[in-house]
Amino acid sequence: MIKLRFASPEMLVDINEIPDLGYHRIDADGSVHVGALCRHADLERSSLLATRQPTMAAAAPLVADPIVRNRGTLVGSLCHADPQGDWASVMVSLDGLVVAQGPRGRRTIAVKELVHGPFQTTLAYDEVVVEAIAPAPKGAPAGGYLKLERRVGDFATVGVAVSVDRTGDEVTRAGIGLTGVGGSTISADDAAQLLVGGPLTSDAIGEAAALAAQAAQPRTDHRGSASYKRHLVSVFTSRILTGLIRSQEEAA
Amino acid sequence: MTSLFQEVSPGAAEETPTRQITVTVNGESRTAVVEPRLVLAHLLRNGLNMTGTHTGCDTSNCGACTVLFDGKPVKSCTMFAVQADGHEVMTVEGLAGPSELHAIQEGFKEEHGLQCGFCTPGMMMASKALLDENPSPSEDEIRWALSGNLCRCTGYQNIVKAVMWAARKLEDQG
Repeated sequence: MIKLRFASPEMLVDINEIPDLGYHRIDADGSVHVGALCRHADLERSSLLATRQPTMAAAAPLVADPIVRNRGTLVGSLCHADPQGDWASVMVSLDGLVVAQGPRGRRTIAVKELVHGPFQTTLAYDEVVVEAIAPAPKGAPAGGYLKLERRVGDFATVGVAVSVDRTGDEVTRAGIGLTGVGGSTISADDAAQLLVGGPLTSDAIGEAAALAAQAAQPRTDHRGSASYKRHLVSVFTSRILTGLIRSQEEAA
Repeated sequence: MTSLFQEVSPGAAEETPTRQITVTVNGESRTAVVEPRLVLAHLLRNGLNMTGTHTGCDTSNCGACTVLFDGKPVKSCTMFAVQADGHEVMTVEGLAGPSELHAIQEGFKEEHGLQCGFCTPGMMMASKALLDENPSPSEDEIRWALSGNLCRCTGYQNIVKAVMWAARKLEDQG
């Protein structure tokens, strides 16, 4: 941002040397806590996420490229507020929160409320985000993340994050976040809401995929036409959800 | 002490802030006075005259500037030099002495793993990080590890072969 002259801050404070912010952990209630200095690579290699937070586990290896993942962080990605950011969609789908700290203490902000435009957040100038939280799931967590990119490390043409919590067959909570198809990350609330209260069926999945595509606000650019991107939102939503039915059937 | 002040910013005003930093580069402790906004790649190239580290895109895309930072590959165009204060950096010059070749360099030579050579330092440092962690990677694992490094000559096939060659050689060397 600085090199491209989009930002010209008078002062930069490097937080990298602050100890104890590199953690990620899962509490007894199932909530996931990610410290501000936890790198993408840590999440990619995390056995905790691999077994207990499938949407995050699916997204971690798709962020940027393996070298960039050694330095970049989930919290940094959220605060950068790029509509192409992968983690914002994932955290939106999980009803995620961030913990901001400043001279007046700490406050919690929903990720859905954190961003109000491209590269713009509701953080005060003297606040930093110290932790991101995916709240405790309301049942067994399932989900995924799919992204189309022209090559590894390019901005997403389209990305879709799906999170579904289930008790038995019944969906108890759902969230769908869309990457790269609007001026900021889009929460496809109507699509997610449609899934709650019943089992995942192919009819429900078809309707949710159509609603997710409606929620997208893609623009035609060098990565694809608006209609192509909208189509991808539907395909990815349906593909992730159909995969969940299949893995449930295989487990049974 | 290496002063970078003149080299990076000849016309800089008196009040330009500077920081003194000490970085271990290829095992040698180097101290420099730098502007806080100087990126690590420029410290290496312009300040320490280690031009093996290439800058291709300046936007973290191409990976030509890849160096090892505390043993892990990073893109040195996207880090400030001051962030390396107190840390260890390894560049392509650190792979082997002037009259010898590291197995990775030998592999690139034997398997024709370069054409124009611009991406090669970054490819080699990313390969070094991979082989340090995984001495006998599969072809897929090599392609994964090098997916943040672009070769405009599109010589990927031979680059992958070069890394496999190096892995075998390093294994033979024990």
